Amino acid sequence: MMNRREFCKKSMIIAGGIALPLTALEIFNPKRLRAEKDGKGNVRWVFLVDIHKCVGCGLCVKACKIENDVNWDANVTRTWVERYVVTKDGHTYIDSPKGARDGFTTQKIDQAHAGLKDVNPDDITKGYFVPKLCNHCENPPCVQVCPVGATYQTKEGVVLVDRSWCIGCGYCVMGCPYGVRYFHPELHVAEKCTLCYHRLCQGMKTACVDACPFGARRVGNIRDPEDPVTKIITTEQVNVLKEEFGTKPQVFYLGYSMEVK
Amino acid sequence: MVHGEAWTLKEFFVYPNEYIYWSIQIVMYPYMTGLVAGAFVLSSLYHVFGVKQLKEIARFSLVFSLALLPVAMMPLMLHLQQPQRGINVMMTPHFTSAIAAFGIVFTTYGMIVASEIWFVYRQFIVETVMELRAKTQRNTIESSQLILYSVLSLGAMDLSPEALHKDERAVSVLAGIGIPVACFLHGYAGFIFGSVKANALWMTPLMPVIFICSAVVSGIALCIVTYIITMEIRKFLSTRKRNVKSYMRLPSVEELKSAEISVVTITVKYLVMFLILAITLELLDLIFRTYTAVKSWDILRRIIYERDFVKIFVLQYGLGNLVPFIIFKMPGLTIRRALVGTLLVLMGVFMMRWNVVIGGQAFSASFSGFMEYKLPIWPSSLELYKEGLFGALTVITTPFVLFYIVTRVLPVFGVKDSH
Repeated sequence: MMNRREFCKKSMIIAGGIALPLTALEIFNPKRLRAEKDGKGNVRWVFLVDIHKCVGCGLCVKACKIENDVNWDANVTRTWVERYVVTKDGHTYIDSPKGARDGFTTQKIDQAHAGLKDVNPDDITKGYFVPKLCNHCENPPCVQVCPVGATYQTKEGVVLVDRSWCIGCGYCVMGCPYGVRYFHPELHVAEKCTLCYHRLCQGMKTACVDACPFGARRVGNIRDPEDPVTKIITTEQVNVLKEEFGTKPQVFYLGYSMEVK
Repeated sequence: MVHGEAWTLKEFFVYPNEYIYWSIQIVMYPYMTGLVAGAFVLSSLYHVFGVKQLKEIARFSLVFSLALLPVAMMPLMLHLQQPQRGINVMMTPHFTSAIAAFGIVFTTYGMIVASEIWFVYRQFIVETVMELRAKTQRNTIESSQLILYSVLSLGAMDLSPEALHKDERAVSVLAGIGIPVACFLHGYAGFIFGSVKANALWMTPLMPVIFICSAVVSGIALCIVTYIITMEIRKFLSTRKRNVKSYMRLPSVEELKSAEISVVTITVKYLVMFLILAITLELLDLIFRTYTAVKSWDILRRIIYERDFVKIFVLQYGLGNLVPFIIFKMPGLTIRRALVGTLLVLMGVFMMRWNVVIGGQAFSASFSGFMEYKLPIWPSSLELYKEGLFGALTVITTPFVLFYIVTRVLPVFGVKDSH
């Protein structure tokens, strides 16, 4: 006959004994580790932006919104274009009204609550447009900080969000140095650029790449030495954004200037 | 409307997707966990280090820590966009995330507090059961009390000196383990912020330590405030000579007064000690940032010394730290002055949380623009309630309601100790 104390002791030992190996399986699942880390498959998608070619028309933003069903009027966007205006006195004015969904329709710089800034064209020393999107980092901080593993990296390096598992804590949104994440206005889960994974998987290009009339945006496979994008990245002077965070971004910029934020 | 748009005001260049995503509830989260941890550390000063003068407030703060415990989780649940999935953190923890261990740390801590309270109150529980059992006629309340206390006793009815001695040992062991766990619980909240490399204001290894120190400060302050209020109510009841329940002996007003001021004076000493430590670390952080002046300093300087000057230097350091420090250090501390001082300390720690959480989002990650947080006042939608003034007020009032309920079962005054 087992007394109550012994019963409690034994059941705790059994529960603990079962729980321990189960957690070990969960933590050390090699498949998951590989999926999260650097799977050495033969495809690793990267993106190339040629700042020289971008004219700020915003067709990429439009295309992205339509393709990925991003709420048209919501003030969030998976990709956007920034306008940089540098003046003689060394000031840099930056704006991206509505993420440049409609392009840049006025010369005035949108300073949000500070109003529209009129810059005298004679004072401008340089101006250019910089398209932005998720950098699909090699070392993504957003994947690291997700407490439930709802955001993950595919074996091709694309960072995605599992909408059915995200708890909406916003840690990934805070953890991204590039500000590419936001909350889906209707689904209330973390949302971001998927590099049109659904299109890439079918041999197509991303919606923004297809929409760009000037070839400022290109997508390629860095593991394929014959890929034209790979050739440019490996042979020309390219740069990445905010390298100091150690995220190893995989969106490369041609014609990058020091003012770019 | 996008989450965050309702209360974010952007100025100059801010990335299109940037809003103040972590709002008032994330200010409340470290504030409440800080109070929990602080209250527990205060009670442990007596149980572990044997600071005899704190005996009276030790039991009080331990029970208060229990009442605060569920409330530490409340702001997180109110903040989550998918609160019904909150349990996923426990079910599929992703251990590279600083938040993933929250469930484990929190539950461990909860179990320690609950079991310590059980050991402290075991004698009282058993005696109540005995007393109720001895009665031949029991009314409905007494019968339900008997069931409740019988369950709470967990069948351990032994009141022999050896058993009570064991209780005492268990309490000091649990309190001993509890201190590092409480510090971990809160240092961990600091780590959640301190490890966000994308945020220039948050990222510092000092963050967990700063959080722990200010946690202890706020926890002690809240215990003093609540203790004073409770004592005032008891004094009031005592003058009215109302019929008080049998377990409460009825001390005279003078007795209460002298007990009150001596407890408050000694507790304030510990408060000042931790306050000095907290300020030193915070100032070290500030000086270090000013001196090294890395890339982010340009924008941080404008936040700290210009845009948030009043919040940081007037409300937090001035009214929240310096003024109470002077109040406490002036000779002849009175109850009223102690109350004013501790209330100011509580406000100061709250402002510190605010300046970290909201201040950390007051600038764009582009370092080229600012964001201002407009606290939603009127709850015209569920979201504005949750992330607005009324949501925060709900979080603040709950521990007092819980404390009231808990003390109906486990009274904090006039009870003989198990040890």
